[in-house]
Amino acid sequence: MPKIRPEDLDRISEEMRRTILLRQGAGRVRVIVHMDTCGIAAGGRSIMKALMEEIEERQIKDVLLITSGCAGLCNREPMVTVELEDEPPVKYVDLTPEKIKRIFKEHVINGQVVIEYTLAIEAKG
Amino acid sequence: MERYRTHVMICTGTNCISNKAWEIKEALEAEIAKRGLEDEILVVPTGCDGFCAVGPIIIVQPEGIFYQSVKVSDISHLVEEHFLKGRPVKSLMYVPPGEKEPIPKMKDIAFFQDQRLIALRSRGMINPERIEEYIGRDGYKALAKVLTSMTPEEVIEEVKASGLRGRGGAGFPTGLKWESRKRAKDYPKYVICNADEGDPGAFMDRSIIEADPHLVIEGMAIGAYAIGASYGYVYTRVEYPLAIKRMEWAIQQAREHGLLGENIFGTEFNFDIEIFKGAGAFVCGETTSLVTSIEGRAPEPRQRPPRTELWNKPTVINNVETWANVPVIILEGAKWYSQIGTETSKGTKVFSLAGKINNAGLVEVPMGITLREMVYKIGGGIPNGKRFKAVQTGGPSGGCIPESLLDLPVDYERLTEAGAMMGSGGMVVMDEDTCMVDVARYFLEFLNSESCGKCSSCREGINAMLEVVTNICQGKGREGDIEFLEELGAAVIDASLCGLGQSAPNPVLSTIRYFRDEYEAHIRKRRCPAGVCRELIQYSINPEICTGCLLCVKICPNEAIVGEKKKPQTINLDKCIKCGACYETCKLKAVVIT
Repeated sequence: MPKIRPEDLDRISEEMRRTILLRQGAGRVRVIVHMDTCGIAAGGRSIMKALMEEIEERQIKDVLLITSGCAGLCNREPMVTVELEDEPPVKYVDLTPEKIKRIFKEHVINGQVVIEYTLAIEAKG
Repeated sequence: MERYRTHVMICTGTNCISNKAWEIKEALEAEIAKRGLEDEILVVPTGCDGFCAVGPIIIVQPEGIFYQSVKVSDISHLVEEHFLKGRPVKSLMYVPPGEKEPIPKMKDIAFFQDQRLIALRSRGMINPERIEEYIGRDGYKALAKVLTSMTPEEVIEEVKASGLRGRGGAGFPTGLKWESRKRAKDYPKYVICNADEGDPGAFMDRSIIEADPHLVIEGMAIGAYAIGASYGYVYTRVEYPLAIKRMEWAIQQAREHGLLGENIFGTEFNFDIEIFKGAGAFVCGETTSLVTSIEGRAPEPRQRPPRTELWNKPTVINNVETWANVPVIILEGAKWYSQIGTETSKGTKVFSLAGKINNAGLVEVPMGITLREMVYKIGGGIPNGKRFKAVQTGGPSGGCIPESLLDLPVDYERLTEAGAMMGSGGMVVMDEDTCMVDVARYFLEFLNSESCGKCSSCREGINAMLEVVTNICQGKGREGDIEFLEELGAAVIDASLCGLGQSAPNPVLSTIRYFRDEYEAHIRKRRCPAGVCRELIQYSINPEICTGCLLCVKICPNEAIVGEKKKPQTINLDKCIKCGACYETCKLKAVVIT
């Protein structure tokens, strides 16, 4: 194994950044996938898998994936809530893997809400 | 890049391991695989989280959900509910004493809220066996900074300016110690990490090494550069197998990455470390004995001055926690560090909270915090609504601090003034059921067996004190015993060579100072006010409370309790062996001690 040089420390740190941010619970965006029995039956797992693929393919480090229980609107599942720092959370409903990939690109990465897939924009607080 | 969405941080410090943390980790991994979640959820073994009272502990990130007292049988439910369905499991969450609602997140639990982590900065955050995770949290950046942009003099100035003092007990300013060894022109020089933690109930140093061994290695390397040493020892005890294993592994990884060895970071600096395993004698924590032990001789202390030197070469010995502070000081700066703490005691201190306290465990707090905050806020108070009596700080060489001094800020000077000491950070809490004479006897017994025997004042003096205190506990105390203990204690302090002998009378002297009435009650009234000393107490049953449930009858090992069912029982004092089993068993508190 080659000896570490000072500049290698920054490289290793960058490689570890997703791990460290995840363990601090610190990310720019939190994507909450509503699971529970109903969410899973409606296809919640395929939404989770699609999100993980996006993160891996795009090497995204500051997006946290969180599972939660039923959000109470079982007939509109699969459902996801996207929370950008300092912005009100947005709920997306009736999702498919294709839809969530578009949401990931446009909203999670570029900050543009995909209005047509939303339930409503929640008021903050 | 790792794709996992959830990291399950399981505490694998020694305390949680003894509660089956490894079995839980295996069960977790098996259940996660069974549910097809192995590409999504990573199980990470970490060092001690500190809240040992409620271990084994699991923290689920990124949500920060804190699970406690986890059992192997909980795992299947936990994985299905939380990891698959996204429903955190309430029954495994922490509920504060006397409350009903569980607290889901670690950051909202009072035990963690007032802590400030420096030496334990990566606890629960990294796998101590992976150097990448240490580097991911700015690891080895302080060493790189020192080697590429600072002179040894600048490093020493920085450490001096930080106000860092030795965390092993005496509190000597670390920068001054380094400076004097830097001036010595004799080579080779050595740095030593004192990990020979011997105080009963103390596990700070073990936990730091188990949680973050590279932090200690980096601190030692910085110290070695500052004084001009190229070799170091970690002196620990064989009874710390996990700490040894993790330190060995860390040293090996550091060597493989060129962070130990020759030309570190491409500079002229060479440094390597070896672990020295002691046999676990208390006296080896004393620095002159420690170096004698490394030299291969019987560990007996020697006269100082001259300074403690390994093979008569300039040597810096610092405690684990002291070394662990160094990289953070270099990275964050002396100014930042010196803003934490009090006028004379800077930074934080790690304490192990033990004894009669709800939240027993490991805490790191800023210097200057009051004992009251430690005991009641972080520690969660005394179990079963009992009354606080004293807190023993500084291990067997420390002293007992009474309730009247609970607002004392924790720093080196204040604790010493109160007749105790900072020591390495052991803190044993005692409640109203603790007999202070019995406590003094316990510590004397420990010191009596651990005295190396070199100085007669310590060897014979502690033994004589133990005899007198034991007599007092047995109701054979005489007038003048207290004065004799005070006089003998002073003599032991004056005439002993090393810190062990010089501080051995502290538990007796401090309990006499603050609890003289308890000694007097034992001697004059032949009474133990706390109801502990067997020869001085009697058990009886209050007939007005006893319902005749016969629980005490069943548990009594000597058939000393007699009576009819559903009628008040009585204790046959001729047969009673005063074991206290009936007292512990009776929920109605019908068994009384007089």
